[in-house]
Amino acid sequence: MERGKKGREPLIFEYSRPGRGGGNLPGPDVPMDLVDWFPQERLRQGLRGLPEVAEVDVIRHFTRLSQLNYSVDTGFYPLGSCTMKYNPRVNETVAGLPGFSWLHPHTPDELAQGALAVIHELERYLCEIGGMARASLQPAAGAHGELAGMLIMKAYHEQRGQGHRRRVIVPDSAHGTNPATAALCGFEVVQVQSDDRGGIDLGALASLLGEDTAGLMLTNPNTLGLFDENIIRIAAMVHEAGGLLYYDGANANAILGISRPGDMGFDIVHFNLHKTFSTPHGGGGPGAGAVGVKEHLVPFLPVPLVDRVDDGGNVAYRLNHDLPQSIGRLHAFMGNFGVVLRAYAYIRTLGAEGLRSVSNNAVLNANYLLAGLKDLLEVPYDRLCMHEFVVSARNIKKETGISALDIAKRLIDHGFHPPTMYFPLIVEECLMVEPTETESKETLDRFIAAFRDIIHEAREEPEQVKLAPQSTVVGRMDEALAARKPDLRFVAD
Amino acid sequence: MSYIPNTDQDRKAMLEILGLSDMEGLFREIPEGVRLKRGLDLPTAMSEPELLRHAGELAGSNAASDRWVCFLGGGAYDHYVPSVVGYLLSRGEFLTAYTPYQAEISQGTLQAIYEFQSMICALTGMDVANASLYDGASALAEACMMAVRVTGRSRVLVSCTVNPRYREVLATYARGAGFDIEEVPFVHAENDVGGSGVTDLERLKGAVSAVPDEVAAVVLQDPNFFGLLEPAREVGSIAASHGALFIVSCNPVSLGLLEPPGAYGADIVVGEGQPLGCGLNFGGPYLGFFATRQKFVRQMPGRVAGATLDAEGRRGYVLTLQAREQHIRREKATSNICTNQALMALAATIYLSVVGPQGLNRIAELCAAKARYAAGRLAGIPGCELVFKGPFFNEFVVRAPKPADVVLGQLMEHGILGGLDLGVFYPEMAGSMLIAVTEKRTRQEIDGLVDLMGGIVRGEG
Repeated sequence: MERGKKGREPLIFEYSRPGRGGGNLPGPDVPMDLVDWFPQERLRQGLRGLPEVAEVDVIRHFTRLSQLNYSVDTGFYPLGSCTMKYNPRVNETVAGLPGFSWLHPHTPDELAQGALAVIHELERYLCEIGGMARASLQPAAGAHGELAGMLIMKAYHEQRGQGHRRRVIVPDSAHGTNPATAALCGFEVVQVQSDDRGGIDLGALASLLGEDTAGLMLTNPNTLGLFDENIIRIAAMVHEAGGLLYYDGANANAILGISRPGDMGFDIVHFNLHKTFSTPHGGGGPGAGAVGVKEHLVPFLPVPLVDRVDDGGNVAYRLNHDLPQSIGRLHAFMGNFGVVLRAYAYIRTLGAEGLRSVSNNAVLNANYLLAGLKDLLEVPYDRLCMHEFVVSARNIKKETGISALDIAKRLIDHGFHPPTMYFPLIVEECLMVEPTETESKETLDRFIAAFRDIIHEAREEPEQVKLAPQSTVVGRMDEALAARKPDLRFVAD
Repeated sequence: MSYIPNTDQDRKAMLEILGLSDMEGLFREIPEGVRLKRGLDLPTAMSEPELLRHAGELAGSNAASDRWVCFLGGGAYDHYVPSVVGYLLSRGEFLTAYTPYQAEISQGTLQAIYEFQSMICALTGMDVANASLYDGASALAEACMMAVRVTGRSRVLVSCTVNPRYREVLATYARGAGFDIEEVPFVHAENDVGGSGVTDLERLKGAVSAVPDEVAAVVLQDPNFFGLLEPAREVGSIAASHGALFIVSCNPVSLGLLEPPGAYGADIVVGEGQPLGCGLNFGGPYLGFFATRQKFVRQMPGRVAGATLDAEGRRGYVLTLQAREQHIRREKATSNICTNQALMALAATIYLSVVGPQGLNRIAELCAAKARYAAGRLAGIPGCELVFKGPFFNEFVVRAPKPADVVLGQLMEHGILGGLDLGVFYPEMAGSMLIAVTEKRTRQEIDGLVDLMGGIVRGEG
């Protein structure tokens, strides 16, 4: 095996040698009395396909794999709608305390008071931030929180004898999870178009609202990074039609202590703890998608909730399963508790002023970056943005043939992670940029300079841009081949 | 505030470029009526030492298995996690990366997912696996939704020996997606000679043939919630003979010793990956694994990594088959799932690499042998008995002549988490306890449990 050379890292299976490895396990201290215990035909005849490697092989292999990743720890990661802020290490220390990390989920309430206190308190903080009455921290991701929220919407209408309200309205700029979740809950999805300022087209909305409206799913600030100025009117229209408002909190980094979804008129909110509240993304999970609701929807929240009971000065926390109208359970236990802990540590570190400062600086950084890119790319909505913004490479593509994809890939060669590409779908050749508050002015300046270089290069040497990235272990991958002939696992000869 | 690098001077310079006099100006597009006119009501900010002291106090009030002897199971198990796992997971390049959308700079995560998928296929005896789902319960729910899609039928039969929590989650998903769940009872028998505590095959046959063309799937857990081996092959053929998919939920550690569900006819295999290096973490983050047959690959939910080539013919990995997913298909996607539990899938991949096939087999044998030893000794206490007589893997059911909550409460006074009170999940089993034993439990700890239990039963507690 070739190590240390730039290039591909072999699969762990390729290091395998019969008889190697096996871990450092306890020896038997009871009779290993298993002969005739299990029926012979139920025993496994050999276990092929797992690697037999030494511990040092494991360390080197996965260390080398890690080095093939770009991460927040290694550089600027302005991925729109993903809020790739710095992940504080003290939060990792807190989550790693053995009293939390070795706590069994079936531990009786009275012996898990510390854990239940964290869940209850974080619920309280999120309700304060979102303007909600109560919340469940059970959903394990944003899409899981959306599922909880939309099941609550469904249960609410059914309980009121309004089961015919089957249509959910979703803007054309929405995250893909919104329509997918609504469909999963048995709703019919209808799309409302955006107006030329990037907000919801009120006329179009009015024409969609009616007897069959279950609700509207909205991100605000939306995926264009714009705060919908008509939110009060929109909320009134949806409520007048008998619908509910669902807040997709993927973009909450701009509103902490500034504006609360509950005060905007939303009935249901989910927050992505892995975005706004700094928990690491882990290469695609674990996240947490806490879902909060206003008072009238509390009876429908998932079970169990964690209640605080004050018995004459003796405070205790206990699981409350007694919600007869609940949508039910969404996770075998209490959701991604380790993620909840990190978000709790983050809010305790920052406090109210710190959170407000997060949003101030996130919005300042986004606007500063937008101002720096304005003369390089088209800005489809030239307004103050919130925590993120979109630019379009449409004109550059017409002029040079260089697309948003090419620019994104060339940014990699400049040492940056590309912005989100081709989303939202309503902006051609879209790049969606979210710098977050944890980046310095110098980093933003360097990013602007890289863009400037790439746009210059697009005009002078476009073929170099089309070959990007050139500095990585592999170039652009043949995705059509991957989908046409799926190779999804290693098979030993 | 320490996480924000910009200084007042930076902010001033940036605002000047924007033509704004203060930070408030940034928010002028937010209507006055929805602006918060007060500070958030949150606890005062803490310094790092203050936070760690506070968190230490909270953590210290929990009865965790670092100081307590844990015989709790029922879906999460106190297995040893090799140091290598935590060390590698803490590497920032894994920890702080996003979903690997930009393949060229995400080869580490993508290759690890490919290796994870390969190992799950090897363990379960299936053809293809996805990059993981939230947990074992949601993986089971996703499996049932897939079966409903594949068969075009809308009824799912679930054995009552499937983890009750998983059945609750399944019911939540089913209400949303609009399919029916019917629970199939398990055999209750007095003077049991080995057949009780497992799915009632006659009742299952009756349930399937009552609506022969409507059953999308039959769901089994093996080993089941009581730790017992199910008549899995028979259940599989009942499902197959009626054109229903056979879904099996299993403990991955048991597969180090027991035949894989792929060998006895499973169409979809799911389970909780927690035993593979995830710690306990009060229930999460864990990971659900999901594997199926090749012919269903395009119906599978969740992220999938695949190998391909770049323009120069170099092998690499990408997220693939994305035409199934929400960001492309929106309301027509196979699932609304977006992320997986990538970091926990990485933990499982590292764990399986460290222990290898021999280590996993050894761990499974240790669990089974220690559970058998504990069961045998507990059954020797006058008045105590094993409720079911069939072979079990790492957990078993004991009935003592005193209420379970009393017995468990007295064990807690001695620093022992003695097991689960089964009456909580099965009212007819009040008085019975589910006791789990992993490779971490020593003979001394098991003997300690037995001695205390004997005393409690004799009224010496």
